[in-house]
Amino acid sequence: MAKNEVTIEKKEKEEIVESLLTPGHKACTGCGLALAARTVMNTAGKDIIVTAATGCLEVFSTSYPHSAWKMPWIHSLFENSAAVAAGIEVALKALGREKEAKIIAQGGDGATADIGIGCLSGMFERGHNILYVCYDNEAYMNTGVQRSGLTPFEAWTSTSPSGKVSWGNPTEKKNMPAIAAAHGIPYVATASVAYLKDLEKKVKKALEIVGPKYLQIHAPCPLGWAHEPYDTIKVAKLAVQTGLIPIYEMENGVITSVRKITKKAPVEEYLKLQGRFKHLFKKPGFEKELERIQAMADATIKKFNLM
Amino acid sequence: MKKVIEGSMAVAEAVKVCRPHVISAYPITPQTHIVENLSQFVADGDLKSQFVNVESEFGAASVILGASATGARAYSTTTSQGLLLMTEVLFNIAGLRFPVVITCTNRAVSAPINIWNDQQDVMTIRDSGWILLFAEDNQEAADMHLQAFKIGEHPEIMLPVMVNMDGFILTHAFEPIEFIDQKMADEFLPPYKPELYLTTKNPLTFGILAEPDWYMETRYRLQKAIEASSDMIEEVADQFKKTFGRYQGGLVEKYRLDGAETVIVSMGSVVGTIKEVADELRDKGKKVGVLKIRAFRPFPKEAIYDALKNVKNVIVMEKAISLGATGILYDEIKAALYGKPSQPKISGFIAGLGGRDIPKESIMKVIEKGEAGISDNVFVDLKENLIGGK
Amino acid sequence: MTKPEGTVSKPGSSKEYKTGAWRTKRPIFKQEKCNDCRICVAVCPDGVIFGANKKYWADLDYCKGCGICVEECPLKDIELIVEVK
Repeated sequence: MAKNEVTIEKKEKEEIVESLLTPGHKACTGCGLALAARTVMNTAGKDIIVTAATGCLEVFSTSYPHSAWKMPWIHSLFENSAAVAAGIEVALKALGREKEAKIIAQGGDGATADIGIGCLSGMFERGHNILYVCYDNEAYMNTGVQRSGLTPFEAWTSTSPSGKVSWGNPTEKKNMPAIAAAHGIPYVATASVAYLKDLEKKVKKALEIVGPKYLQIHAPCPLGWAHEPYDTIKVAKLAVQTGLIPIYEMENGVITSVRKITKKAPVEEYLKLQGRFKHLFKKPGFEKELERIQAMADATIKKFNLM
Repeated sequence: MKKVIEGSMAVAEAVKVCRPHVISAYPITPQTHIVENLSQFVADGDLKSQFVNVESEFGAASVILGASATGARAYSTTTSQGLLLMTEVLFNIAGLRFPVVITCTNRAVSAPINIWNDQQDVMTIRDSGWILLFAEDNQEAADMHLQAFKIGEHPEIMLPVMVNMDGFILTHAFEPIEFIDQKMADEFLPPYKPELYLTTKNPLTFGILAEPDWYMETRYRLQKAIEASSDMIEEVADQFKKTFGRYQGGLVEKYRLDGAETVIVSMGSVVGTIKEVADELRDKGKKVGVLKIRAFRPFPKEAIYDALKNVKNVIVMEKAISLGATGILYDEIKAALYGKPSQPKISGFIAGLGGRDIPKESIMKVIEKGEAGISDNVFVDLKENLIGGK
Repeated sequence: MTKPEGTVSKPGSSKEYKTGAWRTKRPIFKQEKCNDCRICVAVCPDGVIFGANKKYWADLDYCKGCGICVEECPLKDIELIVEVK
């Protein structure tokens, strides 16, 4: 590796604020999830105890003997991040250490919406003082891009491939924020790596609220979505600007803020940047499918009053 | 002071004096009375624990895992299907070296669904890295909980411990129980103070990914820790006797083994009945003894060989089977004697599955068979009229 | 020893692994038009862009060369060049 002499010189002068998710982790180039997690951690500050579900995040950050986490951190299994966090929360209470740290539980979309939804529901229902963060990259990336409950309509995944008689994933994204809100928890929000200030604001706000909180962050995966690594933010932004991914907050079950679409983009603009949707531009009859997806985006825009 | 109480209450009282910070459980027959009693203690303010009602046994095991990781003493109880649902977490708890305690009120496994006692449930997790102890009666079950925390939490051990007691036969039986004094319990079992736990004061990463360069040694260390717990189980049994005056054995209990020609090896409540049979036979001049296995993991092969080396007939009687192979205890007893200078005859009997009664007469018959030749994997008291078809 | 080797790791020890070796392209901070918006600092997935006062740099020990900073710089003041090793 070439030495950058300018860098070394400057390092001595400038203060370097190191992330609570330290570099040297093995996330892919351009990983949206790493960006989201780093932002959440840095916003929360070091007085936190963090759990993680099995998945990319855990794998790329904790390969022994290394760890990219600077706070007390635990990974147990795929489906129990929320329940382990609940155990931590009650233990802190029992030990009189509640003031020591706030608790953040993390999971990917599969860990959250599929395999871990039982533990998550229990955590919500019992009212634990925990912020649960779902990093939504819309498939099981760690195992090779298999379909999850949050995979979008007609996306190619390795288990919902497009083919002669298939347009890819036949179902729409499970509405996890609504499921979370239905538990009567005080704070539910969606965010995107495209809008990091907004994400920071939501993390801060959530951590000030006592009780269970749910934050779902849309985080592109260059590998699984088949887009250029440098396009991570661009893709995330288009997801929001098309209306496909609504960004909003719900407090005590009521929507209290939405991120308005500043410049509406047609869904094609979002889809065509990603290899997982390339069949939507090739197969005979594709126009109809694009229309269907556009109609979904328009319905979401209407539902959340995004324009 | 002795009081006649239900086994589940005896266990709840024992868990109470262990002062667990966190209790989490999901109701399942025949474990329910234990958690009901514990939740009542908490509701009455007699027990200062966080009691967490969860959505499943999987959740319960995960909650106590998180609690233990944070430095809390944590407890749960389950059985049968609940234990199977916990299985993934149980392996994880052992691998992470968290010394939680779980009571398993042993019950048959579905299908067909059956809520009565056998020991198939715990046998499914025998390779998980847990210390597995078996109680014969309710006093032993109660006392075993204090011992379990003490063994598991020892800095050299750091392993989870499962106390096994037969569902209904023990959990729902009323027996006179010596109550455990809180002061004495505190003296015997000091507060849990792990060296490393989740704290901002020392922000470590738990639950790492171990690639092929690292994984195998972690399993080796786990094996060494369980092996090391053998001495600890004996030591803690002795300490318990010093504090409370009761001794039920360490790894095994040898009952009337002096000069015994035939020894029945078993675990759990049926040992009580077997002891009665041995007494009756001894009265008739027959040299029969009993070897009770208290610790199934670590498997005490030296203690077993030592107890059986001068015996002619070994008869293993157990309430579980590795389907497609043989009785599990039977297999392991045979393995423990393999290649040793002394080679007694060893027979294996499967009995009492799904709550089928094991009367003394059946034990007598088993002894006769075991003395006559080698019975290999024989089901006891099968109803001939029910096994004709496939 | 209550937690044997192979079960816990030290915080931030990932820095012992230098991901800079993965890089095929490298960001060059031209520092011609920089207005201290700090977007490059914020969008780096690895958190390895540092600096202040219109002078920024990537820690090349770890920078994987994804180019998000280049793409997102509103003033096009960062360039991605092929890595020279």
